[in-house]
Amino acid sequence: MIDWSHTALTIAVILGSCLTLAGMLIWVERRLLGVWQERYGPNRLGPGGCLQSLADMIKIFTKEDWIPPFADKAVFVITPAIVVITALMSFAVIPIAPNFVVADLNVGVLFFLAMSSLAAYSVIIGGWASNNKFAFLGSLRAIAQLLSYEVFMGISLMGAVILAGSFNLSDIVNAQQHQWFVIPQFLGFLGFFMAGLAEAHRTPFDMPEAEAELVAGYHSEYSGMKFGMFFVGEYLSILLLSAMTVILFFGGWHGPWLPPVVWFGLKMFGFIALIILIRAAWPRFRFDQLLSFGWKVVMPLALINLLVTGGVVLWRAG
Amino acid sequence: MEMLFYIAAAVTVLATLRVITHVHAVHALLYLVVTLIALSLIFYLLGAQFAAALEIIIYGGAIMVLFIFVVMLLGPLAVEQERTWFSLSAWVGPSILALVLLGEVGYLIASGDHPTMAVAEPRQKAISIALYGPYIIGVELASMLLLPGLIGAYHLGRRLSSEARSC
Repeated sequence: MIDWSHTALTIAVILGSCLTLAGMLIWVERRLLGVWQERYGPNRLGPGGCLQSLADMIKIFTKEDWIPPFADKAVFVITPAIVVITALMSFAVIPIAPNFVVADLNVGVLFFLAMSSLAAYSVIIGGWASNNKFAFLGSLRAIAQLLSYEVFMGISLMGAVILAGSFNLSDIVNAQQHQWFVIPQFLGFLGFFMAGLAEAHRTPFDMPEAEAELVAGYHSEYSGMKFGMFFVGEYLSILLLSAMTVILFFGGWHGPWLPPVVWFGLKMFGFIALIILIRAAWPRFRFDQLLSFGWKVVMPLALINLLVTGGVVLWRAG
Repeated sequence: MEMLFYIAAAVTVLATLRVITHVHAVHALLYLVVTLIALSLIFYLLGAQFAAALEIIIYGGAIMVLFIFVVMLLGPLAVEQERTWFSLSAWVGPSILALVLLGEVGYLIASGDHPTMAVAEPRQKAISIALYGPYIIGVELASMLLLPGLIGAYHLGRRLSSEARSC
């Protein structure tokens, strides 16, 4: 018998904290970017400016919600929901601490990959339904980028799966009690992190929404809360990427002295800061460089990593 | 659990119907995505978790994205053309064939020979061992089939790009 109240409580806590954190991240990112670029960032509202996201939210809710007359209405409206739903669904399989997970699926890793591949629809369909040339160009770029980087994402995290001998995320975390997988799987970690950045379309892989050339890419026509959903979805996928990196390569909740949840949060925040630092420090790629880098550098490295890992595990097993 | 199965099955059938009857190609493909997700849920309910995940990753995530990518480029003209193709006479043949299948299903239900709901629980390991053990020739043949496809695509792409550079 499933313990319904425990599950419901877990779902409520995870949903609530994910959405709050995603909202707060908007402020955190702007402040950190400010610090690294030697300016202030939003610092007026509340202590240190921490209520900025709330003000942004009120503004975005009261803005006119405009659907362009030339757009494909039904699809246009559904699209922003897909981003948020797929990102939140992935959090269902993420073990934050022992027994603190909504669904401890046998195929957790595959579920995460499935959700991230469904998230691609939001970008593609959103650009098409807007019926706008800039949006369409953005979504064409997004298709090429997401499809290529999805392949490496799967291949580069398979090394960790082989070492743990399971697709279950809790098993993967428990297999790292004595040694984090980032040490034997450094190439896998690099490949996964890059692919994750590309999937979340963050700098240096944010070509689908390159504002210098495509207005705002696939979400050019979106306004009001529909744009807000794309925005929150992007921060949810940053959270998801850092959570998955921590689980697969950095020992999940394991760590001395502090309670598991705190360790998980600290490690996750480290990666979020790293992702923001990358945005502050690096320019974006050119699109053909991005694709050839993926297929000619990351792909062979990920395959070699998989081959060597498999070989070593078999050799050790005898 | 049986209720969940029937809901998923109903969604699958309705979505597939819309795939066939929709005049707008992109909308039809979106319904096909729904069909695939519902099918994956059915796999999951039958105990085949691995197949359910792969159904979404490969069919829902990769292949349908490529389909939509191509169809998106067709533009609104295709809708008019599709509408003219949907005449009443085009329905006769498929309807007869579908009725035959319906009759078979009705006979199976009436004869009371129900297959059981749950299949044996296939674990990822068992599937892998079966694929790389007794069925290794099938895997090798499939990969041989994919390799020429890959080389062919590379060849076509390469010729196009060198032409584009020369002119």
